[in-house]
Amino acid sequence: MEHHSILRVVSKLLIPPILLYALYVQFHGEYGPGGGFQAGVIFAVAFILYALVFGVEAMTDILPPRLLRFLAALGVLIFAGTGVVTMLLGDAYLGYNALAANPVHAQEWGIIVVEIGVGTTVAAVMMAIFVAFASHNPPIKDEDW
Amino acid sequence: MEEIVFDFGFVLTHYNYWMFVVLMMTGLYITVSRGNLVKKVVGLNIFQTAVFLLYVSMGKIVGGTAPILTGEPGTVYSNPLPHVLILTAIVVGIATTALALALVVRIRETYDTIEEDEIIALELAMDTTAKASAAGSER
Amino acid sequence: MSNGLIGVAVIDILLFLFLVLTAIAITRLRNLFAVVMLAGVFSLLSAALFVTLDAMDVAFTEAAVGAGISTVLLLGTLALTVRDEKPVTHSAFLPLLICTIAGATLIYGTLDMPPFGAADNPVQTHVAPDYLERTPVEIGIPNTVAAVLASYRGFDTLGEVVVVFTAAIAVLLLLGGGGRSRRHDDVSDERKKD
Repeated sequence: MEHHSILRVVSKLLIPPILLYALYVQFHGEYGPGGGFQAGVIFAVAFILYALVFGVEAMTDILPPRLLRFLAALGVLIFAGTGVVTMLLGDAYLGYNALAANPVHAQEWGIIVVEIGVGTTVAAVMMAIFVAFASHNPPIKDEDW
Repeated sequence: MEEIVFDFGFVLTHYNYWMFVVLMMTGLYITVSRGNLVKKVVGLNIFQTAVFLLYVSMGKIVGGTAPILTGEPGTVYSNPLPHVLILTAIVVGIATTALALALVVRIRETYDTIEEDEIIALELAMDTTAKASAAGSER
Repeated sequence: MSNGLIGVAVIDILLFLFLVLTAIAITRLRNLFAVVMLAGVFSLLSAALFVTLDAMDVAFTEAAVGAGISTVLLLGTLALTVRDEKPVTHSAFLPLLICTIAGATLIYGTLDMPPFGAADNPVQTHVAPDYLERTPVEIGIPNTVAAVLASYRGFDTLGEVVVVFTAAIAVLLLLGGGGRSRRHDDVSDERKKD
């Protein structure tokens, strides 16, 4: 891919804003359209773009498949763990009211934590699936298309 | 017998269901009539999207707006519940699509084809050779 | 009321026509690369249709997932399989008949459905007004979709996240989880041969 200089320059310019936008969607999801599902997908897209232009090896150097599998499980753990924490604090499973003194603030906290769990799992799952497909066999060369 | 009249108001309030039924059937047709497994997956995706559109269209209120509260009294909001269900369904849909595609890749590695007819023919050939060898070993 | 309906109808029907044309092109094309690209176009058009139905969050997800990730995964599959569909050998009559009958039955069923976009439909009078009233008081965030997703129906969402996670496990089991260690072995094997 050495000759695709336009692709390389443009994707280098695009990837940081995509990551920033994913974080915006994640943490602004309570106020506008967005949330963990969308943010996770956008976050994964930034890394997939990087892998498409610079090669899957370059991406797995930053995010090894082991780490992706760990993150996918971690997201589910954050979500399910929040439920356990609220149960230990004396409320129902995923009843966020117990998380803070003010129930409205507690609800907001609960939603933010849970959305982070969703975002982590979705991003890690999408990247893990992409890496599984992309590194399954030697990818075909540009000339073959 | 009732006289059949063209009721424009009725059409205007029901055309959305018909649109999505037509899309659904296009997806179903692709899934049923094409032998290529990748194309079958694309057809299923079209079917799925049509179901999503039908589901979300039921929550729409004409003159309403997206269910993001503005605080202004008197604003009409569309129903947020279908949006929640479909939002998660889309992400689950891509995960299951990925699973289907992974199966397609493995089928290609085993049978060296992703055409349904050829896979069935290979399976039949395998069955007959297995039966023949079983009969041979009995003798 | 009626003017609003007609305005919505014009945009809806235009987008729907584009969607049907894309779907028909997908049916007829045999080059799978073109099919995958058109599937991306289909997703983007349906995202636009979601916007006209007031479902911003859904449109957002559909655009990111359908036009982004799904296209990349389909292309990855093409790279590992084939790029052209073989001609269809059997007749299209039976599938067409089945789809026509199924479609006609479904359309017959919609004749009893409540009118599109009316505020007093059964679907609008049950729990939805409750969620819209309680969200600002109980949760204090403007996006009702996020409130229902993460709080009122948190169990559903937990289930969906587990389904996504399970699907990923299945894909990794089928395709071998990145195959990093295996490829390193291959490289070292080649070096040994040298």
